[in-house]
Amino acid sequence: MAILDKHKILETNATLLLIFSFLVVTVGGLVQIVPLFYLENTIEEVDGMRPYTPLELTGRDIYIREGCYVCHSQMVRPMRDEVERYGHYSLAAESMYDHPFQWGSKRTGPDLARVGGRYSDAWHVDHLRDPQSVVPESVMPKYDYLERTLIDGEYVGDLMRTHRFVGVPYTDEMIENAVADFEAQTDPWGDTDGLIERYGENVNVRNFDGAPGISETDALIAYMQMLGTLVDFSTFTPDASR
Amino acid sequence: MSKQPTTSGKKQEVETTGHSWDGIEEYNNPLPRWWLWTFYATIVWAVLYTIAYPAWPGIKEATPGLLGWSTRANVAADIAAVEEANAAINERLASVELTAIADDPELNTYAIQAGGAVFRSWCAQCHGSGAAGVQAAGYPNLLDDAWLWGGTIEDIHYTVAHGIRNEDDPDARYSEMPAYGEIFSEEEIVQVVNYVQQMSGQTPNDAAAAEAGAELFEYNCAACHGENGQGDPFQGAPNLTDAIWLYGGDYDTLMTTVTQARFGVMPAMGGAELSEAEIRAVATYVHQLGGGQ
Ligand code: HEC
Ligand code: HEC
Ligand code: HEC
Repeated sequence: MAILDKHKILETNATLLLIFSFLVVTVGGLVQIVPLFYLENTIEEVDGMRPYTPLELTGRDIYIREGCYVCHSQMVRPMRDEVERYGHYSLAAESMYDHPFQWGSKRTGPDLARVGGRYSDAWHVDHLRDPQSVVPESVMPKYDYLERTLIDGEYVGDLMRTHRFVGVPYTDEMIENAVADFEAQTDPWGDTDGLIERYGENVNVRNFDGAPGISETDALIAYMQMLGTLVDFSTFTPDASR
Repeated sequence: MSKQPTTSGKKQEVETTGHSWDGIEEYNNPLPRWWLWTFYATIVWAVLYTIAYPAWPGIKEATPGLLGWSTRANVAADIAAVEEANAAINERLASVELTAIADDPELNTYAIQAGGAVFRSWCAQCHGSGAAGVQAAGYPNLLDDAWLWGGTIEDIHYTVAHGIRNEDDPDARYSEMPAYGEIFSEEEIVQVVNYVQQMSGQTPNDAAAAEAGAELFEYNCAACHGENGQGDPFQGAPNLTDAIWLYGGDYDTLMTTVTQARFGVMPAMGGAELSEAEIRAVATYVHQLGGGQ
């Protein structure tokens, strides 16, 4: 085949070789990636997903800052042993408001995708303060300083705006009320109507760390107690083609 | 060293690529046949693979593949297979009288094994992998025969299914000790704490205070903890006379407990978490650990 003999032209011309390699990689990339954006069986819509509340979003930032993802994944794989240990396997849609997603692949500790509601707030406080006090075998480090760091949500509006920029549907109203919602979520005796109206009935409103003031521990526990609880799996029918 | 000849006898048979650097030329030998055919075989394999498994993107969906492979279907089939294998015995476990489980050796062995597995993934983080609990942190030891809420198999079953003081299950076990910091004076708290020290067999810090505390105890605490401090399983009020403490029996801890009160929470396991058979299995497991009544 004559055209195949022409490879000499590419091999002896560095610039041409670069351009053509780039074209090949581009085609490969387009074929692999682009269909994922439009194929119906890669996009699954599920009921219940909502953007994270300002407090949860802050907790998520702390989770990332502290490097919890280094030891914890957030994706229950579709395998029987995983489903038995953690609960229903994760759906892609459950990470739809995660920028970036926290799937991970390194599990020094257990997967946390469904940790919400599994333990009490008090257990989380004990465990973050000193993991070995509740799980003597644990190698998880202590995060006791989080409960001593009080936060006021000063920048949470900006954080939400950033997330909106990358596609999370925060409304202007949500951003305007960011600090109010941030505070309301830790105050069960306060006015939570706005928070519930904006984020839905299933938002946990509690003083998560049981101590006065809003600490980083409050935010982190609020985030963890929400993980994996948004989709109601009793009403979910898996489509085998996904 | 003598100069190596740049040409050899072979040169006449095999073409060179025509490249030449410093007089070194490159043969254009054909690829070894085995290599070439392996290469072609991998291409054929790749094409067949994309036909057998989900691969090619179309307009609306990707080709499902001739083998009909699906992770979701696989995991569902795996789970169904195990469920089916245990269906008969799980059904029996979930339907017999709770107290009859221990009398049926087959059922009992199954429940203890299955319950042990459930315990290790759902309970060990709080109650310890050996079920000895975490003393002084409010996670009770499940090995001993001191029970807050009762140690019969029915009691344990109820505790596991509905949990304790949680918000998710309206039938959760519930009681709330008042925080005496808002009710008593500092002096009264000291007195009643000294009395609790005494009733639990410790030497009170201040014998006179302990004596004054007796009356305070009778009027305020006995309703829950019992006249003699022996506890009340209907309210989950601990026995204060034994040396077994949920939060601790030293003076400082007692002061904190009485001033601020405690509110131990255990999540309910009877919602989406565990099936009835699993709850019974883990209850049976806990019941036979040593303290079951
Ligand atoms: C050095 C690795 C490491 C890091 C970093 C780490 N963990 Fe852990 N984590 C573990 C291990 C190991 C366990 C299992 C033992 C235990 O429960 O403590 C665990 C358990 C947990 C559990 C209980 C999960 C379950 O289902 O039993 C939670 C919740 C948790 N970690 C949260 C966090 C958070 C939040 C952070 C960041 C602030 C964090 N971890 C950082 C190693 C780590
Ligand atoms: C988030 C932590 C947590 C988890 C997980 C947990 N428990 Fe508990 N459990 C507690 C606490 C705290 C108490 C004591 C509550 C109180 O103060 O009355 C308790 C009490 C109990 C009691 C009552 C003990 C008594 O003396 O009456 C039983 C039985 C029990 N748990 C069994 C289990 C079993 C079985 C599991 C797993 C299916 C489990 N628990 C999971 C925290 C937990
Ligand atoms: C309304 C019932 C109620 C009353 C009244 C009450 N308690 Fe309690 N008490 C409880 C309950 C329930 C617990 C267990 C709390 C938990 O499990 O988190 C408890 C726990 C305790 C403990 C912790 C025991 C341990 O093992 O660590 C002490 C000490 C105690 N109470 C002392 C008192 C004293 C002293 C008074 C009176 C001044 C009193 N209580 C009044 C219900 C009551």
